[in-house]
Amino acid sequence: MITITVNGKQHQVDADPNMPLLWVIRDVIGLTGTKYGCGVAQCGACVVHLNGDAVRSCVTKLSRAAGQQVITIEGLSENNNHPAQVAWNEENVPQCGYCHSGQIMSAAVLLKENSNPSDADIDSAMAGNICRCGTYQRIRKAIHLAAELQRKEAASK
Amino acid sequence: MSTSNISRRNFLRAAGLTGTALFVGLYFSSNAEEAKLATADSAMASDIEMNAWIHIDTNGKVTIFSHRAEMGQGAYQSVPQIVAEELEVNLKDINIRFAQGNREKYGNQVTGGSSTIRGSYKNLLKLGASARVMLISAAAAKWSVPTSECYAQSGHVLHRPSGKKFHYGELVEAASKLEAPKDIVLKNRSDYKLIGKPLARLDTPLKTNGVAVFGLDFKLPGMLYAVVERNPRLRGKLKSFDASAALKVPGVKKVFKIQTGVFQTFRDGVAVVADSTWAAIQGRKALTIEWDDTGFDHVNTADIYKKQNELINNEEGLSARKQGDPDSILSAATQKLDVVYETPYQSHSAMEPLNCVAFYQADKLEIWGPIQAPEWVQDYICAQFKLPKEKVIVNMTFLGGGFGRKAFMDYPHEACLISKETGTPVQVVWTREDDMTQGPYRAGITYRCQGAIQDGQISALKFRMAGQNIGHWQGAPKDKPNRSTTEGFLAPYYKSIQHISFSDIPFETPIPNVWWRSVYASTNGFAFESLLNEMAHLAKKDPLDFRRAYLREEREQKLIDKLEEVSGWKSKKNGDGFGVAITECFSTTVGQIVKVSRKADGKIRIDQVWAVVDCGWYVNPDIIHAQVEGSVLMALGAATTHQITFKDGLVEQRNFYNYPMPRINDMPLLEVHIMENDANAGGVGEPGLPPFAPALTAAIFDLTGKRIRKLPFDMSNI
Repeated sequence: MITITVNGKQHQVDADPNMPLLWVIRDVIGLTGTKYGCGVAQCGACVVHLNGDAVRSCVTKLSRAAGQQVITIEGLSENNNHPAQVAWNEENVPQCGYCHSGQIMSAAVLLKENSNPSDADIDSAMAGNICRCGTYQRIRKAIHLAAELQRKEAASK
Repeated sequence: MSTSNISRRNFLRAAGLTGTALFVGLYFSSNAEEAKLATADSAMASDIEMNAWIHIDTNGKVTIFSHRAEMGQGAYQSVPQIVAEELEVNLKDINIRFAQGNREKYGNQVTGGSSTIRGSYKNLLKLGASARVMLISAAAAKWSVPTSECYAQSGHVLHRPSGKKFHYGELVEAASKLEAPKDIVLKNRSDYKLIGKPLARLDTPLKTNGVAVFGLDFKLPGMLYAVVERNPRLRGKLKSFDASAALKVPGVKKVFKIQTGVFQTFRDGVAVVADSTWAAIQGRKALTIEWDDTGFDHVNTADIYKKQNELINNEEGLSARKQGDPDSILSAATQKLDVVYETPYQSHSAMEPLNCVAFYQADKLEIWGPIQAPEWVQDYICAQFKLPKEKVIVNMTFLGGGFGRKAFMDYPHEACLISKETGTPVQVVWTREDDMTQGPYRAGITYRCQGAIQDGQISALKFRMAGQNIGHWQGAPKDKPNRSTTEGFLAPYYKSIQHISFSDIPFETPIPNVWWRSVYASTNGFAFESLLNEMAHLAKKDPLDFRRAYLREEREQKLIDKLEEVSGWKSKKNGDGFGVAITECFSTTVGQIVKVSRKADGKIRIDQVWAVVDCGWYVNPDIIHAQVEGSVLMALGAATTHQITFKDGLVEQRNFYNYPMPRINDMPLLEVHIMENDANAGGVGEPGLPPFAPALTAAIFDLTGKRIRKLPFDMSNI
């Protein structure tokens, strides 16, 4: 048994310690917002937060997450209202939508570390996330908007 | 606009999903105008007939059944946006449900050929309007007032003189007893409140918090997971396998042979079933398999193109279209071109790899998955398992991309075969490597293009293609040319150029093919428009003015004017390379201008792309913009990076590390413009793709003088 905390809830997982966190989250715990895209850390569809850092869950072993805090897209906000999620809706970013759990989880870490990212900052932080539908222009716009929303939120506190 | 062709016999009223309700379905037979549209289409949109459904319950909740798949192209949004316009309801008050696969009920459900809107919008408008008219009639009867004093707004019927109102839910019982209206007056386009507006997509919130259920996310109680080790060579057979090590992997339940249909052939594989995807993958790695592929042709990419080049230089092929006598003109001409263009095989590589859930039970076989063609799957599975249609239920989930690959039956077939063997619900999962190495693929094609110039004018064009024909896999006669030989070519050229011919030289390999976004226009367009650009250069004409001289119809003239205006074509500066291409695809014309320049690092980069879309009547301009953005990015990958290659019968690309996708920093700045006119609706999901590659290579020629005639090419090394 391995204990992990996903979105604030503790789970006792009876699985191979080598099983990638992706499949633990999807098949064992049953949260399907985190996606399988390549299995080899190439596409970013599986990005989750491990103790606040963006990790590729398809190559992160369950054993590495033991006793740690995992946040998935389902746990990013209470009500689809993280600044990135709000901005993604405002800019009509998704098409097929499959990659966007990972895109938003990567963007959330960027926004945490950089309150006013430039285009170059966005490109470098988001280059690990593939979108086959071509939503990249909108992702860039949405991250700028999310940063603005986040700054306003911070200023009003 | 008045219409009166609704067939009453097909106007169904029934107790709905939850008790009393207005449950409206209209079945329209194709009218002459739509039938004409269908003839011009490719195989995928041959049937225009459809049937859509509106359900309104007694609380006034409206449910619209979407008969088409949502794979990113926006059907989930645009179908209800049309119905809601005439029904007079707010989009936020609507439920959308995917219809199950059922040809008798819904007509053609194949989400392909960019056909969802262009094939059904007129019927969807009538559907919404009919329900509205019935609700107004019901209210007028209740109030004993003339219907002319009543109108509908935001899910209510109002009585103008008194201000009384009913919400739709209060009227459904009475409305459901009424006859279908015979004459329906549709709104004028200028009165639209929803159509033509860039409204937010209703599926966006579901796709930003992990709620949207894609095929891979669908789970059933007791469901097992399966992966399949398939023969790595095309058409190879299974000789023997040893499952003992695989069965020792914790979680692995069962290992057995399956044979999955790929068109008329079968693909051998060994299925590993386990209690998690990961356990199944580990079990698969532990398999020992002996394949038998003796006697099969082990294809090599180099041989494919060598053979295609031989054919186009030595054969005339099957004539697909001919006017005048281009051969005589060409042989007499002094100013002429004779060039070869090569295009590669492509993988669809949707972000969601192929997968499907099936549950085979004694009394029914039910399927859930990312499926573009539910009724094709139903037909195929019924035939394979010898089951009647009522026992095979096909459910569509959201699709994480499709691009044509998910209009194929192999992965649902696998899920059904495996569930039949295990007796449990099963999800078959293709790894990224399976998805990339097993095909079917877009065919790679070689073109020989000839053109003659006389007195600065085009006097003849001759196109020959040698490449695989998707139709051959579906039983199309081999003595007939590929029906898509001219796909992508603009019809006005036939009027302005007297001598033109197209032919298809039959070419076969064991590599299976299916449609890939924009189908043959994706490769034809590169050949046709590259030749046009080369001929403009030969005639010493501006490529945009050159086209203006031949594309004389009003719509094309306006599109060219728009391209010139938005791109700054005429105010080109030193160091800028500009290129243009205009193609037709699924009844929509798209022109693109690409601007390139050489940067300080010595490499050529795309500075900007301008796209002008003429798709006639349209629903949601923001979705059109998004589809062009996606088409351009997909075309960029196909033009500069992607090629599926074969060596000794094996596919050499396995995952994104050797089939690299364009990333955020590769996305060119793109501006999309939509032409405004009242022409019939054209497609939107695919037509933005074909003009990109020829416009890009023309821009590179403009900058460097170097002609690129073979795709893909390396942008970093020009």
